[in-house]
Amino acid sequence: MPRSSKFTAPLVFIVALIAIWQGLVTFSGIEAWLLPAPWQVAAALKDMLPLLMYHSQSTLLAAVTGLVAAVFLALAVAVLMDSSPWFKRGIYPLLVLSQTIPIISIAPLLLIWFGLGLLPKVIVVALVCFFPVAVSMVEGMEAADPDMVNLLRVMGASNWKIIKTVRFPAALPSFFSGLKIAGTYAVMGAVIGEWLGAGSGLGVFMTRASHSYQLDRVFAAIIVISSVSLLLFVLIILLARLAMPWYFKERSRSND
Amino acid sequence: MGIILEDVGKSYEVDGKRLVVLDGVSAEIGQGEFVSLIGPSGCGKSTLFNIICGLAEPDRGKVLFDGREGVGAGEVVSYMPQKDLLLPWRSLLDNVILAREVDGMNREKARREARELMSLFGLAGFENSYPAELSGGMRQRAALMRTVLARRPVLLLDEPFGALDAITRTRMQLWLLDIWAKFGQAIFFVTHDIDEALLLSSRVYVLTPRPARVALHLEIDLPRPRSAEIVTAPRFLELKKTIMEALF
Ligand SMILES: Nc1ncnc2c1ncn2[C@@H]1O[C@H](COP(=O)(O)OP(=O)(O)OP(=O)(O)O)[C@@H](O)[C@H]1O
Ligand SMILES: [Mg+2]
Repeated sequence: MPRSSKFTAPLVFIVALIAIWQGLVTFSGIEAWLLPAPWQVAAALKDMLPLLMYHSQSTLLAAVTGLVAAVFLALAVAVLMDSSPWFKRGIYPLLVLSQTIPIISIAPLLLIWFGLGLLPKVIVVALVCFFPVAVSMVEGMEAADPDMVNLLRVMGASNWKIIKTVRFPAALPSFFSGLKIAGTYAVMGAVIGEWLGAGSGLGVFMTRASHSYQLDRVFAAIIVISSVSLLLFVLIILLARLAMPWYFKERSRSND
Repeated sequence: MGIILEDVGKSYEVDGKRLVVLDGVSAEIGQGEFVSLIGPSGCGKSTLFNIICGLAEPDRGKVLFDGREGVGAGEVVSYMPQKDLLLPWRSLLDNVILAREVDGMNREKARREARELMSLFGLAGFENSYPAELSGGMRQRAALMRTVLARRPVLLLDEPFGALDAITRTRMQLWLLDIWAKFGQAIFFVTHDIDEALLLSSRVYVLTPRPARVALHLEIDLPRPRSAEIVTAPRFLELKKTIMEALF
């Protein structure tokens, strides 16, 4: 398939979707405060762009900081789990359990404890992102070839050296697929945190707009949130290419 | 520095039944010697190697390094397992210096040392390639280079040429003899191939099918240096017949 046609199909679908939406609004005569037309959303997006940019900065800051914190925490836990079976048995059920707690229910608590600043948002994001990153890292490290580990062991390598030279690199492909999922959660987590109370952020912008029934602005904010998530996603893919050139070379060879 | 195996026995528990793999194997590898181990598939050759390098514990018997017990295997042997086990995320150059790096040698210094030896191992120009970009023969040579560069006095090579075609294989065998002469390390070599064992070794141990015992211990008194034509020499054929009688 030539490269240009890769984007043709999704483009057709998006244009069709917008056309259907526009048609629906025009023919049903629905009020703009219930469902604005696409062109109204586009106009709101254009008008509000400077303000939306301002708010995205806080959201992106919370999302990225939380994601980075989650990654470091996950790496630390993965190393501990790898070096102590006892720790692993103890912590694994807790990890799974933590995932079953609805984040929306503890976000208000974080607000009460840590106020309206950046910190509670960062914590919400970190909580949402920690699980996918930690699990993909641990599973990736477990999947490392035991014969490679043995080879290093015969050479007299320490556990830490084995983690650095075999387990971490072997886990990278799995780690990055977890990170991609976490990246899309991150912006969502930040917006949820902002909904509940903040000085700035896309979540704040959205709450204000929906309280005054300016749905065109709500939709404009949704578009910006999607774009910010997409940006993060693309950044993670670029990072993966930088971190594992060998992996993408192997993949492109086997696809030939 | 040599290795002595004294009456080494090992069994595994498989589906609740005891599977005796090694039933008292004794052997000896002297300093700088080339010794081969021949045996049918599944008789326990890799198991014996795992015991020598400390990855498995023998049920009975002893492994002595330089006549002593309790020496760390990692200081004496360098192991080349049946799979090449090159790390896919490391360039060829960084793969072959792995053991030096583990020993605490400065990376740049180890790389410099390895670069100078690349052509000897037929790998010059591929220093920055990843293992997936190399041919089977090259990967095997790279794994061998990694094993030799560890600078241990004894190399354990588990069927290093098993996966290669016949032509590449003969070329690699002769080349291995060069490497052996150059580096002076003792080599303990596992193979299925009688011709290969005869061409390379000074002594050969033949194992019985599982449970493995030494069926035959044979001195290979063929003159060195040896070339590929040696396989047609009368003495070669005599020795081959002796080994075949022990195996079949
Ligand atoms: N960890 C283990 N647990 C159970 N059984 C094992 C284990 N390792 C090896 N065995 C068994 O021991 C026997 C000998 O295996 P080994 O790999 O040593 O044979 P080998 O002589 O190297 O064979 P090949 O020439 O095919 O490589 C086999 O029957 C194998 O199934
Ligand atoms: Mg084997």
